[in-house]
Amino acid sequence: MLEIANLIKRYGQDEPVLKGLDLVVEDNSVVAIVGASGAGKSTMLRCINRLVEPSSGSIRLNGTELVALRGAALRRARRKIGMVFQGFNLIDRLTVMENVLAGRLGYVSLFQAVTRRFPAEDIDRAFALMERVGIAHYANKRADELSGGERQRVGVVRALMQEPEVLLADEPTASLDPRTSEQIMMLLQSLASELSLPVLINIHNVAQAKAYTERIVGLRHGTMIFDGVPAEFDKAALEAIYGGIEAPDDELTAAPAGIASGEES
Amino acid sequence: MTRPERAARTWRKPPFIANPLLRYGLLMGLVAYLVWAFGSLPFNWERIGEGLPRAGRIFGGGFPPSFERYDLLLTGFKESLQIAVLATLLGVMLSVPFAVMAARNISPMPVYLLGRAVIIVSRSFHPVIVAILFVAAVGFGPLAGVLTLTLYSIGFVGKLLAEEIEEIDWGQVEAIRAAGGGFLVTLVYAVFPQVLPRQVGLSMYQLDSNLRASAVVGIVGAGGIGGTLMNAFGRYDYAFAFAILLVIIAVILVSEGVSGWVRKRIW
Repeated sequence: MLEIANLIKRYGQDEPVLKGLDLVVEDNSVVAIVGASGAGKSTMLRCINRLVEPSSGSIRLNGTELVALRGAALRRARRKIGMVFQGFNLIDRLTVMENVLAGRLGYVSLFQAVTRRFPAEDIDRAFALMERVGIAHYANKRADELSGGERQRVGVVRALMQEPEVLLADEPTASLDPRTSEQIMMLLQSLASELSLPVLINIHNVAQAKAYTERIVGLRHGTMIFDGVPAEFDKAALEAIYGGIEAPDDELTAAPAGIASGEES
Repeated sequence: MTRPERAARTWRKPPFIANPLLRYGLLMGLVAYLVWAFGSLPFNWERIGEGLPRAGRIFGGGFPPSFERYDLLLTGFKESLQIAVLATLLGVMLSVPFAVMAARNISPMPVYLLGRAVIIVSRSFHPVIVAILFVAAVGFGPLAGVLTLTLYSIGFVGKLLAEEIEEIDWGQVEAIRAAGGGFLVTLVYAVFPQVLPRQVGLSMYQLDSNLRASAVVGIVGAGGIGGTLMNAFGRYDYAFAFAILLVIIAVILVSEGVSGWVRKRIW
């Protein structure tokens, strides 16, 4: 269970990006976090594994307070938090297998990491997970030789190698074509129930959020303004989250006029 | 076909320096400097006139180049090659920790300043000056040459590698950190693979460069072919000196070819 309480993040003296966020995610549930660019979705996710330092507040994962951790304790906590990135963030010049095993780097010694002598059960788990998502035959290929969808599968497997207690996905489908992104969403959904993991997915695509998750959280200007099941996420909620902010779709429909409305975001 | 009555439009490339005063001012300044420099530096035209035939004699004496004392040439080159390879290996290995220290994105401020300081110091003197210092410190011979070129390599490779590290894709670092990797693990998995091709290219270039420099530092007594060359000149054995120069050119050409080929293959 992931419990976020009164989470605040501000950069310098600017307006806070997150203004006292509260969120509880039970095990075995998939949560979509929607919101316009700059609403604080990414910052919130990155506060959980401390890629971004929260200014104040509390984040507890299965009872462990994450905000105060430092050094080795922080690294031990991060092992339990898998993350999937928009840009995949694979090590391009290493093989798929090395990328997958990178998920174990929090567990093995430096010597094991450098010499690639990972424990046999790690290798076995890697092959099992790669078979599960259909990339096992790529084990010895370089990561940058794969297509976008395949690379994101590597990213997902790497995160799962950590034996995480929560999975964070920061716009996992934004760099993918529509078909592939559906497949990745389906994969995340089924993995969550197979491994009974809480999964938090930042996503722009509201249709996908409704189709593949059980709960939608809407952020706007760093505060939560919607929290409910997909069925409740209606036009009004959409308007509340994105309204008044020029989305790319609005610009497209307004384009024939050829004149900007002047409402710069 | 009639065209509307209108003057043909013209276009000229805008001047590089827009302000005409500044543009012509700089030009005038340059001319003035050249006149002043040539007028005031002590060029002894008489002496230059005498020297030209002598230069002719030296070049004439160099032809045909003589490879008679090839054993001396071989010994000298073997030593130069040893110096260059050893210094490159040492320098490239030592440049890695200093480059990591001197990369702003992965090192804290005090470490960064220390790393930068080491690189700046090892870059601030030409190898010949460093060689003179090392010859004074450890005596004539190849050790001085190895030390000189190692320092030279640390400075050059360290600086460029640090800049390369500063431009890596940060996402890969975040991914390893997010998996719970520590600093060294992150270096090995997320940083080094990204800069590896560049480091290999730099090493090959540095080997090139050290080969050339090892000939020069030999002149001040730091071992290698430079010493042999200096002796040949000292004995007015221009034919042998020319043979040495030809071999230096050949070796540099070969090493450039090899390093170019390796750099292309590593990607």
